Amino acid sequence: MFRFLITRISVVIPTFVAVTFLSFLLIHLVPGDPIETRSGEHGITPERLAELRHLYGFDQPLWRQFLHYERDVASGDLGTSIVTQDSVWHAFLQLFPATVELSLCAILFAVLVGVPLGVIAAVRRGTTFDYGLMGVSVTGASMPIFWWGLMAILLFSVTLGWTPVSGRISDAMFVEPVTGFMLIDCWYSDDAGACVSAARHLILPMIVLGTVPLAVVARMTRSAMLEVLNEDYIRTARAKGLSAPRVVVIHALRNALIPVVTVIGLQVGSLLSGAILTETIFAWPGVGHWLVESVQRRDYPVVQGGVLLIATLVMLVNLTVDLTYGLLNPRIRR
Amino acid sequence: MHPAHRTAALACAMALFCSLASAKTLVYCSEGSPENFNPMLNTTGTTFDANEPIYSRLVEFKPGSTEVSPALAERWDIAEDGKSYVFHLRHGVKWQSNKTFTPTRDFNADDVLFSFERQWKDSNPYHKVSGGGYDYFNDMSFNKLLGSIDALDPYTIRFTLTAPQAPFLADLAMDFASIQSKEYADALQKLGKPEQIDQVPIGTGPFELLQYQRDSTIRYRAFANYWGPKPKLDALVFSINKDPAVRLAKLRANECQVMAFPNLADLPAIKADATLQLLEQPGLNIGYLAFNNQKPPFNDRRVRTAINMAIDKKAILQAVYQGAGQPAKNLIPPTMWSYNNEIQDFPYDPEQARKLLADAGFAKGFETDIWAMPVQRPYNPDARRIAEMMQADLAKVGIKTNVVSYEWGEYRKRVQAGEHQMAELGWTGDNGDPDNFFIPLAGCAAARPGGGSASKWCNQDFEALIDKAATLNDQAARAKLYEQAQVIMHQEAPFYLIAHSVVFMPMRKTVVGYEMSPFGRHQFDAVDLQ
Repeated sequence: MFRFLITRISVVIPTFVAVTFLSFLLIHLVPGDPIETRSGEHGITPERLAELRHLYGFDQPLWRQFLHYERDVASGDLGTSIVTQDSVWHAFLQLFPATVELSLCAILFAVLVGVPLGVIAAVRRGTTFDYGLMGVSVTGASMPIFWWGLMAILLFSVTLGWTPVSGRISDAMFVEPVTGFMLIDCWYSDDAGACVSAARHLILPMIVLGTVPLAVVARMTRSAMLEVLNEDYIRTARAKGLSAPRVVVIHALRNALIPVVTVIGLQVGSLLSGAILTETIFAWPGVGHWLVESVQRRDYPVVQGGVLLIATLVMLVNLTVDLTYGLLNPRIRR
Repeated sequence: MHPAHRTAALACAMALFCSLASAKTLVYCSEGSPENFNPMLNTTGTTFDANEPIYSRLVEFKPGSTEVSPALAERWDIAEDGKSYVFHLRHGVKWQSNKTFTPTRDFNADDVLFSFERQWKDSNPYHKVSGGGYDYFNDMSFNKLLGSIDALDPYTIRFTLTAPQAPFLADLAMDFASIQSKEYADALQKLGKPEQIDQVPIGTGPFELLQYQRDSTIRYRAFANYWGPKPKLDALVFSINKDPAVRLAKLRANECQVMAFPNLADLPAIKADATLQLLEQPGLNIGYLAFNNQKPPFNDRRVRTAINMAIDKKAILQAVYQGAGQPAKNLIPPTMWSYNNEIQDFPYDPEQARKLLADAGFAKGFETDIWAMPVQRPYNPDARRIAEMMQADLAKVGIKTNVVSYEWGEYRKRVQAGEHQMAELGWTGDNGDPDNFFIPLAGCAAARPGGGSASKWCNQDFEALIDKAATLNDQAARAKLYEQAQVIMHQEAPFYLIAHSVVFMPMRKTVVGYEMSPFGRHQFDAVDLQ
């Protein structure tokens, strides 16, 4: 297990370096820079442009700018936003808990609903439930998030009034940020009303963001279960007189979960990209929406730092997934 | 933090916000997050709106108007030569406080001196704090205009200019001229945290900042010791929502009471909604197609006039502005003083356009480019579509055009460098003065290589009129000169003037007292909720 862990971790380091290089290169390839982008209709005189480019180091050759950036990253300094003048770390730490909270709830929703549905569809293969579920999951996987989110708001928030329109909590309420996770902070503040408001605000964005992963998880669970249910050891278990639920849950599902866990891990990447749109529609103050704005503004330190941090997160999640395999199936460790 | 202290702090915060929750609170659905809390450092309306409740200036624009009125300065004396302004400051103006700072003195001349010297003098310890980019201070040429600023006594301050500048008072009402506390600045410097002045601000405005949750909400509380009329609201919340459909949904659900920048397509539904009201006002802006007057064939007045007659402006207003625009015939909008309404716009007359082109030696037409902006702007909802409509109209008179676009920063840079032949652009007024339109868009200095003018037009007669007008203090005399200047501009036709867009402000019917600012600012100090 230890060797398995070391092998996996050793891949992370070169990936990390590659990400810093790519994030630096890609944003610098985009036309325009933050100074020109900010000048708008007023424009900027060539003298003032030269002065500001020198101030931010943009007049240096690209390779030198990259080396300075690498040196800063190695010492833990991700720089300061050119637009807000706030440190990238500080902004990320303020916003990241919101994205994590939303993404975690979305994946929990996808797993807690998707896995049982996939199991039932597999066990009831060929029935109306099975066909219905697969049809709904294809629809769910095909709906663009921005459309689905707006439709959900129109229906559930505006027409039916069941859920709030946007945000993390009612604008009239305040919860002192301690961890940045609203559900934890409101419990910490002992304000039941705020907790209820925070939970209500989470429902719709969680469902919208979790729809595609739910569809994927349900389908993958169904496929994996169908394969496992045809195995000899399942036939043996049935022949031994074990109850159907025991056969399905204890014997079949545990093995079927291996590919499902892979898919859940892969969903983290798509959750983060989906979070960008969901955060915009629901005014959810997370890192996705912060990054998109920074790209539009050509805020180099934020884009570079934000991409690096998110890539690190994705690598850590994939590492966790790999380690989970080892726990689920000891043969993989060898 | 010690658990007991944490509990106490939480209890105080809860008590404060519990009291606010039952207080009269207005929620404004804003379109974006502020860049920081110092309007000196920024140029975006979003940031100015977030700072408007917090700060005051020496003078301010009257609500809903471009007229300047006393604020932190009660009165002022202007020297005969227009080069010296002495401001007599208001006594007893209190500074706000926050968790880490309580002021020990009232506002005085030191604060004014600090606020301007910070932006002006390299030697000021705050000059480079928070990046040191004072765009508006430089754009309004304050770095060259200011000769000296002297505090004659704690409540009298003199600005000496290098040249007379008629719009100087209007410039001081702009957001970049907001006054910060020197005492707070000194305290933060001692703590080694000078940048906090721009992140955790204090001001003398009607509301004090309580909390900013990045990309989510900004919370303000009415400042009990505000020098002006007490705000009718107890609390103000900016709820940040980028999507206009979501903002409208919140407005309809009464989760916010005022919203910014509705979708034009939603206006009929808003008007039909019995719970909502829609305020509208012509914007202080202009959208235009600038000819590069230094490049043939646009250096020929007949060609420029022909193009003015070849394009169907009414069709553009209908299709693109969807009723949210007024056809433009002058560079300045109709709401601005000195607007010359006597001028008749060019008629839509393709036949006459063809004749003019033939006179200019282009009987068979010619080929050129139209540059279209890649972004939506307040004065132009869809530049690409406008360019395509113009392309179709110009083809009918023999002018073949290619529509060209670049990334916004790149577009602006290339237009400034004069690489274009015809380019769409526009302008939103900063201070309500015609000078603010004519000089940057049509002045000779702006037409030089690298200058900000897209038209690259330099006409000596026009220049003489606007130069003279800028030196006079008498508005009526200035107006006459600007009216004459507009006649010259119409004759020379350096632009195809498209439209002045109308600004819409949807809000709940329970909101009273809101006045639309011609500058697109959102002010809530006189607003009430019924």
